[in-house]
Amino acid sequence: MDINLIRGLVTVAALAAFLGIVWWAYSPARKKRLEDAGRSVLEENDQ
Amino acid sequence: MASNETVYNYKVVRQFAVMTVVWGVVGMLVGVIIAAQLLWPEFLGGIPWLSYGRLRPLHTNAVIFAFGGSALFATSYYVVQRTCHARIFSDGLAAFTFWGWQAVIVLAAITLPLGITTSKEYAELEWPIDLLIAAVWVAYAVVFFGTLWKRKVPHIYVANWFFGAFILTVALLHIVNSAAMPATFWKSYSAYAGATDAMVQWWYGHNAVGFFLTAGFLGMMYYFIPKQAGRPVYSYRLSVVHFWALIFTYMWAGPHHLHYTALPEWAQSLGMVFSLILLAPSWGGMINGIMTLSGAWHKLRTDPILKFLIVSLSFYGMSTFEGPMMSIKTVNSLSHYTDWTIGHVHSGALGWVGLVSMGSIYYLIPRLFGRTEMHSVPLINVHFWVSTVGIVLYIAAMWIAGVMQGLMWRAVSEDGTLTYTFVESVKATYPFYAIRLLGGLLYLGGMLIMAWNVAQTIAAGRTVEAPIPAPAHA
Repeated sequence: MDINLIRGLVTVAALAAFLGIVWWAYSPARKKRLEDAGRSVLEENDQ
Repeated sequence: MASNETVYNYKVVRQFAVMTVVWGVVGMLVGVIIAAQLLWPEFLGGIPWLSYGRLRPLHTNAVIFAFGGSALFATSYYVVQRTCHARIFSDGLAAFTFWGWQAVIVLAAITLPLGITTSKEYAELEWPIDLLIAAVWVAYAVVFFGTLWKRKVPHIYVANWFFGAFILTVALLHIVNSAAMPATFWKSYSAYAGATDAMVQWWYGHNAVGFFLTAGFLGMMYYFIPKQAGRPVYSYRLSVVHFWALIFTYMWAGPHHLHYTALPEWAQSLGMVFSLILLAPSWGGMINGIMTLSGAWHKLRTDPILKFLIVSLSFYGMSTFEGPMMSIKTVNSLSHYTDWTIGHVHSGALGWVGLVSMGSIYYLIPRLFGRTEMHSVPLINVHFWVSTVGIVLYIAAMWIAGVMQGLMWRAVSEDGTLTYTFVESVKATYPFYAIRLLGGLLYLGGMLIMAWNVAQTIAAGRTVEAPIPAPAHA
């Protein structure tokens, strides 16, 4: 296979992976879990 | 020695936190000395070991790797333990990273003034020191990821993702760029040649900015801003996208350091395009950090530590806007090789990296030494204002000097000859070098105020061990 075809496919795959991550982070199913994760650092007292 | 699993290892955090302040003073002092040398080249008596060419890499190594590096070790070890509810993986290896890293810094301080250098920017140290760096860095990765592995909470908090990416990427960058053939004990030759060597060097150099000086400090932002503000990060979901956007794009921006050189045109254009794309994740992250204060802006009036952390983000925003603009080839043809570059670097280094580190260390010191706050809170405020005025003087002077130099160098008379000789541009720059020195002196002065405040806090404090919360299982 031509090396440039592989390069192109890898670029497309990377873009698709990134868009997948965006979809994962912003899908409603993940909303509560991720917001809870954001609050988790405030729950422990380190004074 | 409490090497049990009921308390966090604060000892190594304390060691790195204190050395952050010590190396900050040293590195910034060397910066002030070389700024003075640009005004009075022979004011140190013309001693070769103290000449500008040898002290300049000492300054960059001291502020980036000694000050910035110690701040990164201290905060990453603190954050990874506390967010994982686990004591650090291997006290012995953690201690090795501390003493090993200090040894690297001392070796740099000896070899660079002696003129022992690979001449690769930000990678000047010769091969025996490079081997020690590699050993320390592998130990750092084992300690950090080992602690993540031991975690008692299911989720890996976003700050740890940034710290982890910084550790992995710097290992890769250092090992690839430092590949060399030793000729003698203190002399080696790069494994790469010509334009390839330049491309490897600036792949390393730009990612040293992207991962050493950005990703790790974003880890600080995502922990210390929410903690100090008492509010969760503005959007945790944005922080996930921020992380991956940065990871996917930063690696390709390096060629913008080699515009109009022997590097192939397509590589230069690729570097420019990826640098422009980088504006999006950079600003996304900055907005995420600043908006964490949304609804609690009043805290900025009374809390000087929060001022350090939030203003660092505004400098981050400024320099990550300026960077992509300077990567555009036509802009770069004006800015490159001028003091504009120095101004750009220092708006990022003094404004972003410096202020966020100082804010984080001010947060840490009382907690590590059994105090509720720093010895003097008003002095934190004084430090903030002295530093901020210093930064503004520094970067404004370098911007004006840089644009002026770029315009003078390209000016052509009607008969086709250059309008100005090079030395005329040097003469015109002279007053701006004086303003830059003043800005640097203020920034160093702020660091000395911090050092005194930290020393007083420690003197009246005691070393403490913090308990690890019991697992909340059924």
